[in-house]
Amino acid sequence: MEHIPTPKVENVRLLDRSSGQRKASTGTLYLSATHTIFVENNPETRKETWVLHSMVSSVERPPTIPAGSQLILRCKDFRVFQILIPQERDCLDVHASLVRLSRPVKYSELYCLSFNPNVNKEEREESWSFIDLMADYKRMGVPNNLWVTTAANSEYRVCDTYPSELFVPKSATPAIIVGSSRFRSRGRFPALSYFHQDTLAAVCRCSQPLSGFSGRCQEDEMMLQAVMKSNPGSDYIYVVDTRPKLNAMANRAAGKGYENEDHYSNIKLQFIGIENIHVMRSSQQKIIDVGEMRAPSMTDFLWGLENSGWLKHIKAILDAGVFISRAVADEGVSVLVHCSDGWDRTAQACSVASILLDPFYRTTKGLMVLIERDWVSFGHKFSHRYAHLDGDPKEVSPVIDQFLECVWQLSEQFPCAFEFNERFLIAVHTHVYSCHFGNFLGNCQKERRDMRLHERSHSVWPQLWKDRAEYANPLYKAELSQTQGVLRPNTTPYCFKMWKGLYNHVEKSTPPRQSPADFLSAVREETQQLEEELTNHQERIAALTGRPITWEKIEVPRRRTSRLRQRHCGPDPPTTYTDPITSPVQDNGHALASETANQKAQTKDPALTLPLGPHGHLKSHDPDDLSTCSDLESGVADLSSRSSSGGDDRKDPDSDEAAFITA
Amino acid sequence: MEFSDHIKTANVDDVVLRQPLHPPSRGTVCITGHHLLFSDRDEGSSRQVLLLLRNIDAIEKRISGSSGTITIKCKDLRVLHLDIPGMEQCLNIAHSIETLSCLDSVSEMYPFFYRPPDLSLHNQWGLSSPEKHYSQIKELHDKWRLSTVNSDYSLCPSYPPAVIVPKSTDDDLLKKVAKFRQGGRFPVLCYYHRKNGMVIMRSSQPLTGANRKRCREDEHLLQAMIDGSDKGYIIDTRSSQQAQQARLTGGGFESKSSYSHWKRLHRQMERGKALQESLIKLVEACGDESHNMDRWLSKLENSKWLSHVQTALSTAGLLAECVERDGHSVLVHGSEGTDSTLLISTLAQLIMDPCCRTLEGFLALLEREWVQAGHPFQQRCARSAYSHARLQQESPVFLLMLDCVWQVWRQFPLALGFSEALLLRLANEVYASNYGTFLCNSHQERCALGVTENTHCLFQALLRPMERDYYSNPLYEPTELAIWPSVHPQSLQLWRGFFLRWTEHTRLLEEAQEEIRNMVIEWGKLALSDALSMNT
Repeated sequence: MEHIPTPKVENVRLLDRSSGQRKASTGTLYLSATHTIFVENNPETRKETWVLHSMVSSVERPPTIPAGSQLILRCKDFRVFQILIPQERDCLDVHASLVRLSRPVKYSELYCLSFNPNVNKEEREESWSFIDLMADYKRMGVPNNLWVTTAANSEYRVCDTYPSELFVPKSATPAIIVGSSRFRSRGRFPALSYFHQDTLAAVCRCSQPLSGFSGRCQEDEMMLQAVMKSNPGSDYIYVVDTRPKLNAMANRAAGKGYENEDHYSNIKLQFIGIENIHVMRSSQQKIIDVGEMRAPSMTDFLWGLENSGWLKHIKAILDAGVFISRAVADEGVSVLVHCSDGWDRTAQACSVASILLDPFYRTTKGLMVLIERDWVSFGHKFSHRYAHLDGDPKEVSPVIDQFLECVWQLSEQFPCAFEFNERFLIAVHTHVYSCHFGNFLGNCQKERRDMRLHERSHSVWPQLWKDRAEYANPLYKAELSQTQGVLRPNTTPYCFKMWKGLYNHVEKSTPPRQSPADFLSAVREETQQLEEELTNHQERIAALTGRPITWEKIEVPRRRTSRLRQRHCGPDPPTTYTDPITSPVQDNGHALASETANQKAQTKDPALTLPLGPHGHLKSHDPDDLSTCSDLESGVADLSSRSSSGGDDRKDPDSDEAAFITA
Repeated sequence: MEFSDHIKTANVDDVVLRQPLHPPSRGTVCITGHHLLFSDRDEGSSRQVLLLLRNIDAIEKRISGSSGTITIKCKDLRVLHLDIPGMEQCLNIAHSIETLSCLDSVSEMYPFFYRPPDLSLHNQWGLSSPEKHYSQIKELHDKWRLSTVNSDYSLCPSYPPAVIVPKSTDDDLLKKVAKFRQGGRFPVLCYYHRKNGMVIMRSSQPLTGANRKRCREDEHLLQAMIDGSDKGYIIDTRSSQQAQQARLTGGGFESKSSYSHWKRLHRQMERGKALQESLIKLVEACGDESHNMDRWLSKLENSKWLSHVQTALSTAGLLAECVERDGHSVLVHGSEGTDSTLLISTLAQLIMDPCCRTLEGFLALLEREWVQAGHPFQQRCARSAYSHARLQQESPVFLLMLDCVWQVWRQFPLALGFSEALLLRLANEVYASNYGTFLCNSHQERCALGVTENTHCLFQALLRPMERDYYSNPLYEPTELAIWPSVHPQSLQLWRGFFLRWTEHTRLLEEAQEEIRNMVIEWGKLALSDALSMNT
């Protein structure tokens, strides 16, 4: 409790801006070592809001207003909370605590190392063996007579950011490996990422060569030759440099750069043009701002979207994946992928390519394996990129956000091809940032081993697997043609959309007003139960009459809705059809002060906020009681009234707190 | 003039057809009075393409050497290429298509010739009419009556013979009011809100003119409409500035001093040429092949189509709010009252009234609010986005309405009884059809040509069992609630199913829809056999 002088403040008002909440609730704010907890005063709901300290990305303190002092909490999952504290002193204390607690300086302060679920040692160990990378290599058919494991890096001596177990071409001797690693940034020599059994072509990854303007390295050239040779069907390989060519050339001045095609026989160099982490960081900030616009016109919105450049970057990453997968699947040519250090853009391009090439990675378990391999094991710098500890802000960048978004864009284009849904991707996103589990702590395998994370923390994957029903895409069909084999996405700009589910704040709580996915999940569930029941009945009838029964001549009725749980989320809380000009102007300084007034305006008939003039006096509703609004009343589906047959007990999937509360 | 006069070459062999989503094929092209027929030469596959000439929006011909290529751009946004051997044949075919695809005479159009074996001309025509509408709503009968004052179309040429008006107004009064409203479109009832007895009426603008003319009868009619209530709203689909300017050309608006119980709300909606240009720009953007994201987003923005969708939905939302939440009656008009007026009254009814959300209810709504209400289909839909012809009266208001309905369907996938396929079908039919439903500009014109006697009714055809199945939403769960669409830009999307219909992208989404249908059917089957086996 050393950083928490004031652990409890009463009469605090909290507004969850990101959920579209319009009225602040009053309650008590508690600070624990791990969470900020807000408990509503309202005796009926006593709603609790939990925010993990490590999820807080910034704490702002706008100027004090007469009603009290304010704090604005921005979270890494894009939630925004506005807090009003009556006493300035308390506010200063809370602010200081949060600033300190949200920026831990050492790993031991992180939640996953104090998080102690009620499981024993065996279960914890089991949780870590849930994802077995070697089993996946075996599944893709390695080792074989082309690719073998190497012990060269078993003690992380050749490359400290690589995993200890790696696959390399059979003809790559330890001398070649060591020589090649000396010629590569941070020693990241070419190693196998994915082996495509159908064509025997492979996706390999590394970092940029230290070629400068004229440098060369015989072992490295032999290494690339070995990669080529381990694909008997082809006499060249593609070297995909995922950077814009200009950036790659600039690196030559620093003694780095890219492969000189004159020195390497039989390579074809291809630049893709994914921008660096700094460009991506600022681009994401812009798209977050677009998501936060309060009442943008269509023009503002589209202009903001274009100006952020975000979708352009997503497209570039997807294009990289498409290039690699086409080379491997269609041309049967192996590809070596690198960027600068080979742990950001390379991870993106390789993992997108794997998703496209192999249906397994489009399953729930497959995506876990893929993230463990291309991201965790190959030394993507999670702790730096996602600011787990207080550190250099220039190291922070939404690299894996972009990968997850690529997967989402693909799932929009191929609705039946992925076993998981959007919620799963968002859950992974949250866990990458939250440090609730130990998986994403640290920057490489060696660091994690040194921290003995497997002994001190738990793995997230079994946890997500347990909830897989909630993360299931009901439309997923393994046998459908679009699901099988290689995905060939269209990357024309019109195929890309803003990922509303992740970024949208204003309407986060409302967008799946009616979710066909939930509905279909219920349908699927019930279909299975009916099938079972039917078999039972048939067996009984067969037993009674002594002959089997078939149901051929049955006319198919419209389905009977009574059996199915009503899945309507019901209409929105009143949407206001107001002009942007008339919508309440809120700047930080006045936000809370004007809140009550805005509340009234918004919960009442929106027409009131129209320029009606002095005569436009409408019948008013009690602003605090939404039930008097005519549209929320009548048949908002009663979520508790469920048919006996659809008995899953699902938590509110939108509630981020749920996970923390159960913790 | 006979069709054959326009056909110099009826058949050409050895033509290569290239069309989206299919490999090129070689076969014979045949031009008839109403169709372009392509049939595959290959006996085994026997693929045929039958294209209504009316569906063709523009053609381009390119001659090189002794052969030529005709590019056909359709109103359903499909683009086909025909490689035709022989320059003369190519020119002849192109000429026939050009002439026959834009014949003006309605009575020569295909619906008058379409005679499918499974339909009879004696079948019922249409789903709804003011008479039927009136008889269905018993609650109306206290204060509203059916007037046949327009039975000879003399008051208002674009209105149907019967209209619903307040009981306290007699036909003489209506005659005077009609003179005070543009095109004679005096205020009539189009929707009765059962929950609170409020109504939506529509009309055209009052002809107040520069010297602020008044019409006591008009004021009286409006007062009768809100009888007993303290006030009503007028939603004017023009900005207040536009409404002011309209006075200079004889139009105008209801001034506060003359209509003291009415509150005017102005919402500027794009109309006419500007809307058509917006469509043209959007279709052009969708065809852009530069693969440049910035360019796409900027073209999408620049087309303004989604802005028009946003405005239409938010104005309809405003209208529904006035009626449903605020509990007041509303009069809607713009200038002519035949376009944006109908657009928002349709959408508002969809938002508020569960009866309009079934397949049948929605078609009946379209029949009342567009066909009967006198939307000038022939003028508005003569040409579409590819045409090089000079724009005259074209404007894709109906298409914009379908797009808005699609947005609602996407936001409330369970609330509407019909599927996206229906909206796509309607988007086609309105531009080129075998059926007579969208012919002509008004009820009067249709009567004069005997449309109901000599053509088949699209809406009836869509309700035949097979079609009904196909156009129903498998996920439909009726709800009594109003469905308030979000008009936040992030909630509105490009209608890919329509604008990118001929791309692979859309085919995948259709496959998913099919999958949904199968799942639900499977479930229905099981539920039934389960119930049956339990009874045994």
